[in-house]
Amino acid sequence: MVDTAARETRTVIRGTLYRGHEGMWSWVLHRITGIAIYFFLLVHVLDTATVRLDPEIYNTVMGAYKTPLMGLGEAGLVAAIIFHALNGLRIILVDYTKWGTRYQKVMFYVVLALWVVLMAGFLPRHLAHVFAG
Amino acid sequence: MKTLRLERLGWIFMRLSGVVLIALIFTHLTVNLMQDGGVKAIDFAFVAGKLANPFWQWFDTALLWLALIHGTNGMRVVIQDYVLRPRLRKVLLTLLAVSTVTLIVLGTLVIFTLDPCPAGTPADLLPSFCPAV
Ligand code: HEM
Repeated sequence: MVDTAARETRTVIRGTLYRGHEGMWSWVLHRITGIAIYFFLLVHVLDTATVRLDPEIYNTVMGAYKTPLMGLGEAGLVAAIIFHALNGLRIILVDYTKWGTRYQKVMFYVVLALWVVLMAGFLPRHLAHVFAG
Repeated sequence: MKTLRLERLGWIFMRLSGVVLIALIFTHLTVNLMQDGGVKAIDFAFVAGKLANPFWQWFDTALLWLALIHGTNGMRVVIQDYVLRPRLRKVLLTLLAVSTVTLIVLGTLVIFTLDPCPAGTPADLLPSFCPAV
């Protein structure tokens, strides 16, 4: 038997906009993908800077990005970027339109659907590049 | 009052730069990952060929500045959310600011000072427009 106090607590939590709902998951994912992309960018500006040192050095550094493991990492990075971009647009619509708050949940599922579509366009081609020869 | 106005400016900047960054980053990923060869086609000749073109110089400059400032402002909020010890918070925020300025200066210098045809490099590592020696 569930005691009433616990049930009431659960009711209260379920009644909030964020916790345990689409609103919370979109926020958590937005934050995690944002942090991951930021740290990639730090490294990425540095690896690009080696192009200024010497052609052979840059080609060696870029070689590290062409391994199967890094290829999968790049796929993860692009997955994070596409989510962050689409969900960012959703946040803007929630902030700037009258109807945004009412449809924020629907828009979260639209974000996920568009993410699947864009990944379906990207992944096969990228994996073919990474794993072909 | 002053911090509030600054906070509001940051809030607007995240939304404006976010929209621009979607166009810049999707173009960046299409050109660098979806063209023939994808990530495997990236080498000194490819990058030097791009950066010899003023269009890509200014494109990359906009990408560099906007992505780093957008990412830095996002990380500032994350640090202020989670790091409550005043000294540690100050150290992290200072590190964040210093690394951002460093990367913006370094990246901008790379974009505008890259020699696409460095002397003494085998021709097969260079863009095809480099004069044969
Ligand atoms: C796996 C995905 C990526 C690949 C393969 C890639 C590849 C490259 C390459 C080859 C360059 C050299 C210049 C050029 O081509 O324009 C470059 C520069 C740059 N990339 Fe990326 N990139 C990727 C993802 C990203 C992301 C997600 C961002 C932003 C968050 C980004 C931001 C930049 C910036 C700012 C520069 C200029 C850096 C400088 O010149 O100092 N890149 N990238």
